[in-house]
Amino acid sequence: MSPNDDDRRRQLLMDRSVSGRIGTTLPPLDVPLQPPPQADQLRNELEMPEVAESELVRYFSQISQFNFSIDHNFYPLGSCTMKYNPKLNDEMASLPGMSEIHPHQPESTVQGALRLAHELQSYLTEISGMAGTSLAPKAGAESEMAGMLMIRAFHLANGDGDRKDVMVPDSAHGTNPASAAMAGFRVVELPSDASGNTDLEALRAAAGDGLAAFMLTQPSTLGLFDTNILEVTGIVRAAGGIVYGDGANLNALLGRVKPGDLGFDVVHSNLHKTFTQPHGGGGPGAGAVMVSERLLPFLPTPVVERREEDGEVRYGLATPPRSIGRMGAFHGNFGALVRAYAYIRTLGDQGIAQVSEDAVINANYILSRLKNDYDLPYDRTCFHEVVLSASSLKHDYGVTALDVAKRLIDYGIHPPTMYFPLIVDEALMIEPTETESLETLDHFIEVMKAIAREAREDPELLHSAPHDTPNTRLDEARAARQPDLRWRPTAD
Amino acid sequence: MLDVIGVDSADELFQDIPAAHRNPTLDIPPPLSELELRREIEAMARQNAVPGEYACFLGAGSYRHFIPAVVRQIASRSEFMTGYTPYQPEVSQGTLQAHYEFQSLVCQLTGMEVSNAGMYDGATSMAEAVLMTSRLTKRDRVAVLDSVSPYYRDVLATYVQAPGLRIDTVSAGQGTLGDYTACLVVQQPGFLGLMEDLDALARRAHDHGALLIVVADPISLGMFKPPSDYDADIVVAEGQSLGIAPTFGGPYVGIFACKQRYVRQMPGRIVGKTVDTRGRTGYVLTLQTREQHIRRERATSNICTSVGLIALMSAVYMAAQGKQGLRHIAELCYHKAHYAASLIADIPGYSLPLKGTFFREFVVQCPRPPQETNRRLLERGIIGGLDVSDQVPNSMLLCCTEVNSREEIDTLASALAEVGRGGRTR
Repeated sequence: MSPNDDDRRRQLLMDRSVSGRIGTTLPPLDVPLQPPPQADQLRNELEMPEVAESELVRYFSQISQFNFSIDHNFYPLGSCTMKYNPKLNDEMASLPGMSEIHPHQPESTVQGALRLAHELQSYLTEISGMAGTSLAPKAGAESEMAGMLMIRAFHLANGDGDRKDVMVPDSAHGTNPASAAMAGFRVVELPSDASGNTDLEALRAAAGDGLAAFMLTQPSTLGLFDTNILEVTGIVRAAGGIVYGDGANLNALLGRVKPGDLGFDVVHSNLHKTFTQPHGGGGPGAGAVMVSERLLPFLPTPVVERREEDGEVRYGLATPPRSIGRMGAFHGNFGALVRAYAYIRTLGDQGIAQVSEDAVINANYILSRLKNDYDLPYDRTCFHEVVLSASSLKHDYGVTALDVAKRLIDYGIHPPTMYFPLIVDEALMIEPTETESLETLDHFIEVMKAIAREAREDPELLHSAPHDTPNTRLDEARAARQPDLRWRPTAD
Repeated sequence: MLDVIGVDSADELFQDIPAAHRNPTLDIPPPLSELELRREIEAMARQNAVPGEYACFLGAGSYRHFIPAVVRQIASRSEFMTGYTPYQPEVSQGTLQAHYEFQSLVCQLTGMEVSNAGMYDGATSMAEAVLMTSRLTKRDRVAVLDSVSPYYRDVLATYVQAPGLRIDTVSAGQGTLGDYTACLVVQQPGFLGLMEDLDALARRAHDHGALLIVVADPISLGMFKPPSDYDADIVVAEGQSLGIAPTFGGPYVGIFACKQRYVRQMPGRIVGKTVDTRGRTGYVLTLQTREQHIRRERATSNICTSVGLIALMSAVYMAAQGKQGLRHIAELCYHKAHYAASLIADIPGYSLPLKGTFFREFVVQCPRPPQETNRRLLERGIIGGLDVSDQVPNSMLLCCTEVNSREEIDTLASALAEVGRGGRTR
């Protein structure tokens, strides 16, 4: 082994393995030995790591420090809503009465859990202005699939099975077209107009007998609220279509408007974005899908019902009459539901609208202070996020959005979302969230201004960024061309 | 801040919302302080009967295993817990390396060549595996063994309703596969606990050019032959038993592993090893052209946020138990379950109606309806088995793991004897 400390930290568990070591202690067998299975069913080789607990802790602690995280860094990753996650919520989800309960326990033994889920359903129904909620989906994308399957089932139930087209704006998240496709629909991409709204002419032209639904993110991934929203939902509904609201950006609307009032029939919420389940390096998330009255019978199973029996309130799981079915083996990601519940109760009726207000002020503050340093493709009031562009920097100095993003890392700030939405050249999508202080925002703005200066004065500094990370830029093409996806005994 | 923005009030920033619908009233309770909220949620938690305080013999897809302290300690590190999906690899090497470890350990445990970084749960892994075999074979019928979990089959039905794949339920001895069959799905052990004859089932699938999907039990793999020994094409599994608390059903982690040649049709995130501009080893999300953010409606799946932290936890669990621990835990489960089964089989009125090798779950036929039996067990501080009367008359599915002490098992047996007295004898 090389004496290089970096190599040591990069050494994989299987290469750290020493025969006889173990990372825990094993309980003894306290029952009499039973007759073994047939020998030909048994496994001979089991090559797993043999590592002491202390080694395991040091290894994972060391590599953990290669990460940026919301607890350590400003993380203005657009459309991802990287807000601070209150610690109380994690502790509540870890209570044995929440984390140790088994999904098959009799309902009488899990009344607290069911009550919590039922109340969360009601809060989300109220916030979205819909008629009912299912907490079964396990993330945003699965909520989208559930929503699209409900729309499919609704049309089939009405003898409208020929409605196969789902319109998706060109600014949409990739999950939208992917979810529509998984629900059997044909995806029709709809352009945005010059101000970032839905192109009404194109919408009218496309809204016909074949229209099943329009999937709209509101505010859009441009951070803009579609000012024609009532016309948009009106056109879609008049054509017999359903308006699906991608709630990825719900943080901008909390307490300010209920999507149900605007003509949406389905809205989903990514509880890990808006309602503080920590992102965990890619999940777990949790999805909630909220629907209007006419889609209620199709909700995914289970939903939690409140029943009054002999003057006593009981909670129980139920399957809606025409449910599209089960989204996972059990009842959804309950651990995330506890956090969402705790968050909403902390905010209360007054705090909810404060979230969107602060999120929108923060984004507009950044917009106002950076619009002379970077291009601003849509010069209008934004909502929770602002999309800037590095197209002038690229044109004048050869500095790209990628370069700006990587240079931010040198300043200890996580890059914004880059090159998305796809319709903005050299996009930098910045979502500060409501939990950042003015001081943090000012620091970020100063750093962004400094980077714009550096782009003019020393572009090479940006091309070669980041400089202080465990790795410089990584060769992604090589990773895809020669996939190395697991430890092998011959490696290195 | 409003001055800098150039507005008089925050309300001006929301002018794009139609005035009639702006600032609605919200029927949500008033805010609670940290202290008040803690009390409220603790009170809710106390309304739940907590396994551990109750002896609990439930399994059926979610398992109670001892979780070494190191698992939660490492997973609660902010660096892991509060980072995003590792799109920016230079500042996500911790997550990426941990997920590469997860993929590696899943491959070691299942014997498969490649693994992704995790799906939502075992059931959605299975459903996505079925969709994948349909893409690979361009066939639209799916054979599912009748011993596969009914919950998993429900999820499969959800996922295949739109693509219109037809599900043929087959049993070990009966049911036809043909040159139209994309895959045969087998759960090992089956939902009711019995080990299936994977050799024969693999031949049956492959004879028709169908792929074999095995829904494995990762804990059983410490003791029983891995699916790769039976030439499985795709292995999926519920990873919850690897260090994740039952949590009323989630979040869990779906394991998804397959043969190397199918990797480009896999759903989900995949981490790959590469080098940086200075030639140093590092990790990135790779083969992303499969994924929704690149391929949009032509992606292999819509999955985006998955279960990164849970995958990490199960990797830590697999490493902490390691070679000795995984074997030992599997053996404890086996011997305790067989001990319990032999005690219960000797109680008048009770029987083990299914014959065959089982691992840690077994079906018990009861002299009284399982619902009633369970209610009476509960009065004695015991959470009994899952009522499976719809599959085997008057029966429950019991599960024993290393957390069920001999004392608990003995108490279960004597309680069953008590509550069964006077019931029908079969």
